[in-house]
Amino acid sequence: MTTGLVFAVAGAILFSMGVAGVILLAHLLRRILAFNLMGSGAFLVLVGLAQRAGIADPVPQAMVLTGIVVAVAATALALALARRLHALTGAYTLPEARDD
Amino acid sequence: MTELADPVAWLILLPLFWATGAFLLGPGRGAGLAIAGTAVQCALTFVLAGELLAHGSRSHAVGGWGAPLGIDLGVDGLAAVMLLLTQMAGLPLLLFARGYFRPDDAAARHFWPLAGFLLAGLNALFLSADLFNLYVTLELVGLAAVGLVAAGGGAGQIAAALRYLFATLVGSGMYLLGVALVYGAYGTVSIAPLAPLVDAGAPAAVRIAAALMLAGLMLKTALFPFHYWLPPAHGGAPAPVSALLSALVVKASFYLILRLWLGPFAPLADAVAWLPALLGSAAILWGSWRAIRAARLKMLVAWSTVAQLGYLFLIFPLLGPDAGSGNTALQAGGMQVVAHGLAKAAMFTAAGVLIHVTGRDDVAGVAGIADRLPVTLFAFALAGVTLMGLPPSGGFLAKWLLIDAALAQGQWGLVAVIVAGGLLAAAYVFRVLRQAFMVPPQGERRHPAQHASPLLEWTAFALAAASVLLGLRGMELLRLLAVGSGT
Repeated sequence: MTTGLVFAVAGAILFSMGVAGVILLAHLLRRILAFNLMGSGAFLVLVGLAQRAGIADPVPQAMVLTGIVVAVAATALALALARRLHALTGAYTLPEARDD
Repeated sequence: MTELADPVAWLILLPLFWATGAFLLGPGRGAGLAIAGTAVQCALTFVLAGELLAHGSRSHAVGGWGAPLGIDLGVDGLAAVMLLLTQMAGLPLLLFARGYFRPDDAAARHFWPLAGFLLAGLNALFLSADLFNLYVTLELVGLAAVGLVAAGGGAGQIAAALRYLFATLVGSGMYLLGVALVYGAYGTVSIAPLAPLVDAGAPAAVRIAAALMLAGLMLKTALFPFHYWLPPAHGGAPAPVSALLSALVVKASFYLILRLWLGPFAPLADAVAWLPALLGSAAILWGSWRAIRAARLKMLVAWSTVAQLGYLFLIFPLLGPDAGSGNTALQAGGMQVVAHGLAKAAMFTAAGVLIHVTGRDDVAGVAGIADRLPVTLFAFALAGVTLMGLPPSGGFLAKWLLIDAALAQGQWGLVAVIVAGGLLAAAYVFRVLRQAFMVPPQGERRHPAQHASPLLEWTAFALAAASVLLGLRGMELLRLLAVGSGT
């Protein structure tokens, strides 16, 4: 198994854990952390798979940098919304949705 | 045409400029700037569509740096149709928003800049030609849309925004992992060079990538059973926001599904084409049923979006087997996207006016509104005509093309779903209309002083009329759709 593949498999595992966390956890902070885990998993796959004969490919690294910027922005938005929800309801969990 | 005057670049730059300007100027003058900017975008889109009809699809290397070093933008018929819809629905919706938000409204401060970033993200998405750039634009659209849902600031809206945020982040995360796998397998993310590389014998990693990307995008398009986030987010937001989200944002991820399905993943997709159609059928039946049962007016309209999105997914099993009827199915999809976009924008704005004037958000609250707001009610009804698929509306043309393609391939099940969906749509539209013509119970006559401004009433009406008249100008739209699709 090449090093790149090890990174990719680890990334896939992290990604699955992250998705499970976002879906299954109740506490908003945990869900936001799980989303970041998910993103890191995808970045690992992106960088890990794209090595040709042990030489790193610069294109996916540029993509990961862009991806990190997006993830930071999304995390900031999620944290701001979670704080606002806490200020309004006193809870860090989502209330039941009214969809009728 | 010189590089600097290319409408392709300005369709992305212009909304970014006016969004930033609107943030600095505040809601009053910012609104004027936003409307002026969107009017220019409308003109640019028409210029671009005319160019496309004359010279065919083309690409644009941003800043003169082409792929693989720089970013390539591309525009073909499908992209041009989506751009037209975005600009044509966007301009009346911004005019509506100007009348809808009071200047001291907290939501208005955030609405104008976020709407600009949303339109910039949408335009960039339709013009992007590589998978990674599409990921970035998907996130731009998603984050701006979440911000718009939360702009009202109430606890219910914040909760709906968070629920929407998690759904959209998981969706684009799955898409990004798919992009990583595709890059690992082929070393490129540009759509055009990818298409010949992928064949029926593609490695397992590429199959997983295709499954991840399509599933993530279906989550973002709110296809049944991933629709759970849509009704609270669309039904709870202020009316102009609901309209932008239902008319445009969910169509962006559908556009991307269609792009991938027809492009790189075509050899892999045909085997599972029945799956989206099955989920789409379930969406039509379940969404319509919930719309018929909904207690609140905007929830009714939001559930109707879940149902109408289902029609878009019925086209997938029809695309592959036979070129002639496959092309008809594609035309049906394009027509449904535009018709539903205009009709749903009209319906949400009309519902917003009804709620604003009656002061109640339940369906029973519209009792007796027919003689007070005839124009708004007429707009609601015209939008309903498109959703039901009655001639001569754009919705009729879409469903007619779809039934035509289904019959040509002997898919009777799909025909039954399409017809049943039309009847169910009639049930929820007439539920509102019947209520509107009833005499309100004695003693419940509400403050008759409240009236809607003509700007609100007539923008809703213009959108509804456009969705119906689209059926009469359908050939031009279908001609534009065919540019660059090889047929």
